[in-house]
Amino acid sequence: MPLNRDFVGRRFVADTPFLVGREHIRQFALAIGEHSPLCHDLDAAKAAGYIDLVAPPTFLTALGMWRPVIPTHDPTLGLDYSLVVHGEQRYSLRRPVVAGDEIVVSGTITDIRNAGRNELLISDYEFVTTAGEVVAAARASLVSRGTAMAEKGT
Amino acid sequence: MPTTVAYDDVEVGTLIPEREFRIRREDLVRYCGASGDFNVIHWNDRAATEVGLPGVIAHGMYTMASAARLVTDWAGDPGAVVDYGVRFSSFVPVPDDDAGAAVVVSGVVAKKLDDNQVVVNITVRCDGTKVLLGSRATVQLS
Repeated sequence: MPLNRDFVGRRFVADTPFLVGREHIRQFALAIGEHSPLCHDLDAAKAAGYIDLVAPPTFLTALGMWRPVIPTHDPTLGLDYSLVVHGEQRYSLRRPVVAGDEIVVSGTITDIRNAGRNELLISDYEFVTTAGEVVAAARASLVSRGTAMAEKGT
Repeated sequence: MPTTVAYDDVEVGTLIPEREFRIRREDLVRYCGASGDFNVIHWNDRAATEVGLPGVIAHGMYTMASAARLVTDWAGDPGAVVDYGVRFSSFVPVPDDDAGAAVVVSGVVAKKLDDNQVVVNITVRCDGTKVLLGSRATVQLS
């Protein structure tokens, strides 16, 4: 079933900030095989000039996945998550994310369009601390496999 | 934060030597938990094949994270990446065995920017097929 185009242009803001935890950074780093002491050892991170453990550059994905800001599970959007694969991803970081950051995520669905038999759902994200510091921006493109409405009868 | 590679020691064309990253089922399970992405196609063969996949595939974000490690290990600082974008062009099937999937990553400095930043083009292959396209990281060096 095709995705609901009425969602294009809608912006969503997380209702609670996401507190980036030390153990979460360690667990994420461990999962991706990142053994840099800056992700695991507080003294090493401080010695390198960081105020706390440093998150790997793709860590921000966890904020969106653990607490989706865009209502990907809203039945009126019509996204079947088992048909979804990732199309594109980009992060622009003003500074590294560190443990202790309290981040409010906002996301806007900027486009939903057909790409052959698939559909693309494109969304832009902003990551701002509770103190109002913009930490990062992201753009994600999700591919909904095989859900495009046939342009001609099949 | 001092990086282990200095901007002045890097030229356009500087290579980051190829490395192989292994992705096993256990890594995907850990990544599900750490990232919060529990999409069934990353841990359930039955569900993955039902939607036409060859079996469990790696999270695209796992492959993206592995490719970033080539760059952050080179720079010596996981916080050195200031911009990073990829297109996911092919699946990385992860067999249910001890070897898992092998992802081969290499990089080359494509551009030197102001403020000690460089752009690294990253090539990522699995079984000879490019699994990320247009993979590019801007890295802050000392």
